[in-house]
Amino acid sequence: MKKLINRAEDVVRESLEGFAAAHADLIRVNFEPAYVARRDAPVNGKVGVVSGGGSGHEPLHSGYVGMGMLDAACPGSIFSSPTPDQMLEASKAVDGGAGILHIIKNYTGDQMNFEMAAELGRAEGLEIDSAVIDDDVAVTDSLYTAGRRGVGLTVLAEKITGAAAEERRSLKEVANICRQVNSWGRSMGMALTSCTVPHIGHPMFDLPENEMEIGIGIHGEPGRKRLPIQSADEITAMLMEPVIQDLPYRAGDRVLLFVNGMGGTPLSELYIVYRQALSIAKGHRLNVERSFVGSYITSLEMAGCSITLLKLDDTLIRLWDAPVKTPALRWGI
Amino acid sequence: MPLQTIDKGAIVRWLTACADSIAANREYLTKLDAAIGDGDHGVNMDRGFKAVVVKLSAGAEMDIPQLMKSAGMTLISTVGGASGPLYGTFFLQAAQVCAGKAELTLADWIAMLKAAMNGIMARGKASAGDKTMLDALAPAVQALEDAAAQVHSTAGALALSACAAKAGMSATEPLVARKGRASYLGERSAGHLDPGAASMYLLLKAAAETLASR
Repeated sequence: MKKLINRAEDVVRESLEGFAAAHADLIRVNFEPAYVARRDAPVNGKVGVVSGGGSGHEPLHSGYVGMGMLDAACPGSIFSSPTPDQMLEASKAVDGGAGILHIIKNYTGDQMNFEMAAELGRAEGLEIDSAVIDDDVAVTDSLYTAGRRGVGLTVLAEKITGAAAEERRSLKEVANICRQVNSWGRSMGMALTSCTVPHIGHPMFDLPENEMEIGIGIHGEPGRKRLPIQSADEITAMLMEPVIQDLPYRAGDRVLLFVNGMGGTPLSELYIVYRQALSIAKGHRLNVERSFVGSYITSLEMAGCSITLLKLDDTLIRLWDAPVKTPALRWGI
Repeated sequence: MPLQTIDKGAIVRWLTACADSIAANREYLTKLDAAIGDGDHGVNMDRGFKAVVVKLSAGAEMDIPQLMKSAGMTLISTVGGASGPLYGTFFLQAAQVCAGKAELTLADWIAMLKAAMNGIMARGKASAGDKTMLDALAPAVQALEDAAAQVHSTAGALALSACAAKAGMSATEPLVARKGRASYLGERSAGHLDPGAASMYLLLKAAAETLASR
C-alpha cells in the first residue's frame, strides 16, 4: 500500500483537520463528535439540510457544506456510516427553526444510524424528516437485497435540495423536492481497478489487468459481473442503456447528464465517456439540458466511472442553476 | 439445587471477555467482511468494545442494567456501520428487561437475549436465514429455552447456547445474503461465513465462558 498518510487510524481526523483549516471561510468542523457545519449555521428560518456517510467518497459529503447546499455533513470512518450522536449534534447545530432534513444514502448502516439519530432528535424536540437516495440500477433484485444503493444521484440531490431550502421552502416541500430528484434519477458505475482502505492495507478485490467490474457501488464492493476490458465507447453503452431503460427515460425528456469519476480516473477520460454518453442520449432523443463532469462522489483511488441521468423540469433546472458556495462546488456567486 | 445466578462481577467479566475475544479475532472478522462486505467489521467492533471496557473501569458504581445500557450507548457512538446500531440495540433492549435486578437468573438471561433478538430484528428488518447476526443469535436463544425446560445447570445451558450459536454461524456459509452490504453480491455472497454471525458467536461464546463462573 502506497498512500499519502501518516497512521492509518488517523486518516479521517487528519484529513478533516486539513479540510477545516483550508476552508475556514465557508465551514467549521466539530471533532467530538465529528461533523462539518456551514460557517453561518444555524440560518434562521431555513430548513437545515444534513447528510453524511462513510468517508472515502470525497468531496462527498463534507465538500458540499455551504450556502445553497448542505448545512451539515457527518463523516464516518472510511466506508462506514457515521454514528447517531454525530447526526444528532449536527442537526442541533444547524437547526434554524424550520426543521431538519436528513438525506440518507440507502445502505443498511446509514439508514439505521440516521433512524436512531432522528429518534433521539425528536425526543429532544427537533422536527426531523428524511429522504433516501437509492439510484443504483445495478442492484436489480431489490426485493431480496437491502435495496438499491445511493450513488451518483446523491450529489445532484444535495445540490437541488439545498437550493430549495435556500428559497425558504417548508420542510415538507424541501423533503418532497429531494424525493422527486430520487424518483427521477438513475445511475450505474464500473471499476477498472479496486481501491485500498488504509486500515486494511490491500485492495478490496482483485481485478486483473485485462478485466473490469460492471455495476459496482462506491465502497470497493465488487459489482454484479466481471468482463474483459473493452473500449470507452462500449463501456459507456453498458452503463447508459440500463440507466435509460430503468426509469425509463423517454424521447423528449429533458435531462441532466452526470459523468462521475471514482477517484483514480483522469478528467480527460471522463470527457471521453461523456462524449459517448451524450451521443447515446441523443440517439434516444433525450434533451441533455445540463451537464456535470468530474470526480464528485468517489471510492478512494478506484479507477472507473459512474453515469447518472436526472429528468428535469423548470423547477429542478432553476434549483440546479441556483448559486452555491461550498468547498467543492461553487457557481453563480 | 437452585440454578446458579449471574452477578454483576460476571457481567463485567463477560463484557471484558467480549472485548478480548473481538480484539483477538479482529483480523479474522475483517477478513470475513472483506469477502462479502466492506472489510471493516473487525476494526469497528474492536474500536467499540475497547471503548466499552474503558467505560467499565470508570463505572464501578454501575449496576447490571446500567452496565448493559452503557455498553449499548458506547457501541452506538463508536462502532458505526450497521453493527453499531444493531449491537447497541442488543445491549439496550437487554438492559430494559433486567431493570432493577442486582442478580440475574437463567430465566432473566433468556428474557434479555430474547428482547435483544427482537430489537435486532426490528432495527435491521431482518429475519432468520437472511445471513445476518440473527442466524447465530436465534438458535442460541432457542437452545437456552430448550435447556431451561430440562433444568440444566446455568453453565450447561450457556454452553449449549454457545454451541447452537456456532452451528448457526456455520450454517450462514451457503446462504445468499438478503440484508446489508453483502446482499448486493447476490449469489456471490454464498460460500462465505457472515461476519455479523461470527461476531455474535464470539459474544455468546464469551458468555458461556464467563457468566456461570465465579
